[in-house]
Amino acid sequence: MANGTIAVPKKAAEPDFYHVRTKHTGIWSWLLTTDHKRIGLMYLSAMTFFFLAAMTLGVLMRLEMLTPGETIMTAQTYNSFFTLHGVIMIFLFIIPGIGAVFGNFILPIQLGAKDVQFPKLNLMSWYLYMIGGILALFSLFIGTGIADTGWTFYAPYSIRTTTNVSISVFAAFILGFSSILTGLNFLTTIHRLRCPGMTWFRMPLFVWAIYATAWIQVLATPIIGITLLLVILERAFGIGVFDPTLGGDPLLYQHLFWIYSHPAVYIMILPAMGVVSEIIPTFAKKPIFGYVPIAISSLAIALVGYLVWGHHMFSSGISDTSRVIFSLLTFIVALPSGIKVFNWVATLYKGSIEVTAPMLYTLLFIFIFSIGGLTGLTLGALNTDLHLTDTYYVVAHFHYVMFGGMGLIFFASIHYWFPKFYGKMYNEKVAKIAAYWIAIGFNTLYFPMFIMGYLGMPRRYYDYLPEYQIWHVISTVGSWILVSGILIMVFNLVKGIRSGKPTTANPWGGTTLEWTVPSPPPLENFDVIPTVTTGPYDHTKLHQQLRKEYKDQQKTEEGKN
Amino acid sequence: MDNHNSEHAELSEHDDGQIAEAHHPSYGVNVLVWIGLIALTSITVSISGINLGSLALTVALIIATVKTMFVINFFMHLKFDNKVFKIFVGVCMLIFIVVLVLTFFDLTFRYE
Repeated sequence: MANGTIAVPKKAAEPDFYHVRTKHTGIWSWLLTTDHKRIGLMYLSAMTFFFLAAMTLGVLMRLEMLTPGETIMTAQTYNSFFTLHGVIMIFLFIIPGIGAVFGNFILPIQLGAKDVQFPKLNLMSWYLYMIGGILALFSLFIGTGIADTGWTFYAPYSIRTTTNVSISVFAAFILGFSSILTGLNFLTTIHRLRCPGMTWFRMPLFVWAIYATAWIQVLATPIIGITLLLVILERAFGIGVFDPTLGGDPLLYQHLFWIYSHPAVYIMILPAMGVVSEIIPTFAKKPIFGYVPIAISSLAIALVGYLVWGHHMFSSGISDTSRVIFSLLTFIVALPSGIKVFNWVATLYKGSIEVTAPMLYTLLFIFIFSIGGLTGLTLGALNTDLHLTDTYYVVAHFHYVMFGGMGLIFFASIHYWFPKFYGKMYNEKVAKIAAYWIAIGFNTLYFPMFIMGYLGMPRRYYDYLPEYQIWHVISTVGSWILVSGILIMVFNLVKGIRSGKPTTANPWGGTTLEWTVPSPPPLENFDVIPTVTTGPYDHTKLHQQLRKEYKDQQKTEEGKN
Repeated sequence: MDNHNSEHAELSEHDDGQIAEAHHPSYGVNVLVWIGLIALTSITVSISGINLGSLALTVALIIATVKTMFVINFFMHLKFDNKVFKIFVGVCMLIFIVVLVLTFFDLTFRYE
C-alpha cells in the first residue's frame, strides 16, 4: 500500500477526469480548465510541439556542418538557427519541462491533494507560457530576422545587432513570469496541502525535488526578468547600463544573466533527479537507499547552485580572485550530486531489478549524466577551462548534462506515468528498442564533440578546417540515428494513446499515492483524502502481497501434481 | 477548489502555514518610522556630496538596508507575522547579500 495509506476506499465507477461532465465542453473544457491534470497535459502537448520544432532546427544545423563551407544554409541563417534552437530548447522545453508537465499532473496526487493551491493561477501560468512561446516563434517571421546572439543574448552585441533581439528577449521575460507563478503555486501546495500524516520526511523524493526547484524559480527568475528588460531599454533608449561606449559594463550583463541562468541549470535537472528517485525504488522493488541525504542534497544543490555562476565567465575578464573562488565553489556542487548518484546505485544493489522502458531510460541517464557531470569538472578547473572554453567540448558537456540528464528523464517520466495519464499501455518492446536506438544516436552525435572540442574546434562557427570533418560527419550521422529513435518513441506513445491495451491503477507496483487512484484518475483524485502512516517507499505490504501470490501459485501447482 | 483543499491543510501537523493574529502598529509608531525613513533618505542625499572613496557604495547600501528593514518590519508587518515568513525573508536577504559579495569579488579586484 502506498505510503502505508489507510482509508482509501474502493470507488464506485466514478468517471475519470477526461469523461467527467464540467461546465465547459469540447476544446473549452481544456482551454478554460483549472484541473491540474488537464493543465499538465496541455503543457505536454505544447512542449512536444516546441521540442520537435527545436529538434528539427538542430538536425538542420548538423546537416549544415556535414561539409566545410556552405552546405545547406548561409552563415547568417546558421547564427539564427542556433539562437532559436537554444531559446526554444532552454526556455520552452528544458527549464519548464518536468516540473510543468509531471509536477502539475503528479505532485498534487503524491501529496494526497485534490488540486494545486491556486488552480486559476496555474492556468494563467500556462497562458503566459504559450504567449512567450508563440512570441519566440513569431520573431521568425517579423521585423529584421531572428536574433543571432545565441540564447545568452550577451551584451554589447545583443544591443547593437539589427536582428529581432527585443522580441526574443521579451518572450523570455514572459516565460520567466510563467515560471515564477508555477514555482509559487508548487511551494504553497507543498506547504499547505499535504494530506494528514504526510510529514516532510514522508514526502516522495519527487516532491522534495520540485520543492527545491520551486524555491530557485521564485528567487532567481526575477533577476533574469529585470536583466532582459534592461537589454530592451538599452536597445530602445541607450540607457548605458551594459554598453561600454555609454559608460556601461558588459560584464555586469554576464553576471546578472548567469546569476539566474546557472541556478536555472538546477531548475532543469533537480526535477529529473526527483523522477529518478521515484523510478529506481519501483523497479528495484526495494526502498530508496538514503532517503534523507537525497532529500537534503536537493536543497543543497539548490543552495550551492546559486553561488557558482562565475564559472561561465572564467575567460571573460573577471578578476583572478573571483575566478579562484568560483572554481572552488563549483567543485563543491559536485558533492550533493555525487550523494544522489551513489544512493541510486546503492538502491539498485541487491534489488530485484526489472528493466522496463522507464527503468532503461533511467539507467541510461545515470551513465550519460555521469559523463556530463565529470566533464563539467574539467571545465570548472581554471587551467583546463581556458583551453576548452567556447569549444565543442562545452557543447558536448551541456548536451550530456541537459539532454542526457533532463531529456532522457523526460522520456523516462512519460513512459513511467503514461499508464496513469491515459489508462492505457504502450508497446513495451518497441519502447525499449527506441531507448537503445536513442542511446546509440545520442553518443554518436555528442561524443565526437568532446574530441573535436579538445582538438580546438570553436563552438558556434559555421565553417571549419578540413581536419575536423571526420568528427562532424560522425556527429551528423549520430543526429540521424537519434532523431529516428525519438520518432520511433513518439509514434509508439501516440499509438499507445490511441489503441494501447487498458491498464490497471498500479501496473508497475509503485508505492507512492498516485498508484492508489484509478488510471486515469477521477476529477478530484481522491474520494476521501488519504491518511499516510509510513514513508513513501515502503515495499513491505507489496512484498507480502507478492509472497502470498507466490504461495497461492505454489499451492495451485501442487494441487495439479 | 481552494476551500476544500484548505480543509485538509488544517489536518496536517505542521505549524508553518498558520496565519498569525493580526497585529497593527499604532499610528504613532508608523509616523515615527516614516520620519526615520525621511531622515535616512536625507542622510543618503547629504553624504552623496562627500567623497568617501570606495566606502561610498558600502555606506549607501547599509543605509538602504536599514530603511528596508523598517519598511518590511513595520509597514509590511513582518515583525508581527509568523516565524516562517521571517525565515523566508531572511533566506532571500541572505542569498541577496551572498550574490552581492560574490559579484564584488570581481568588481573590486578586476583591475589589480
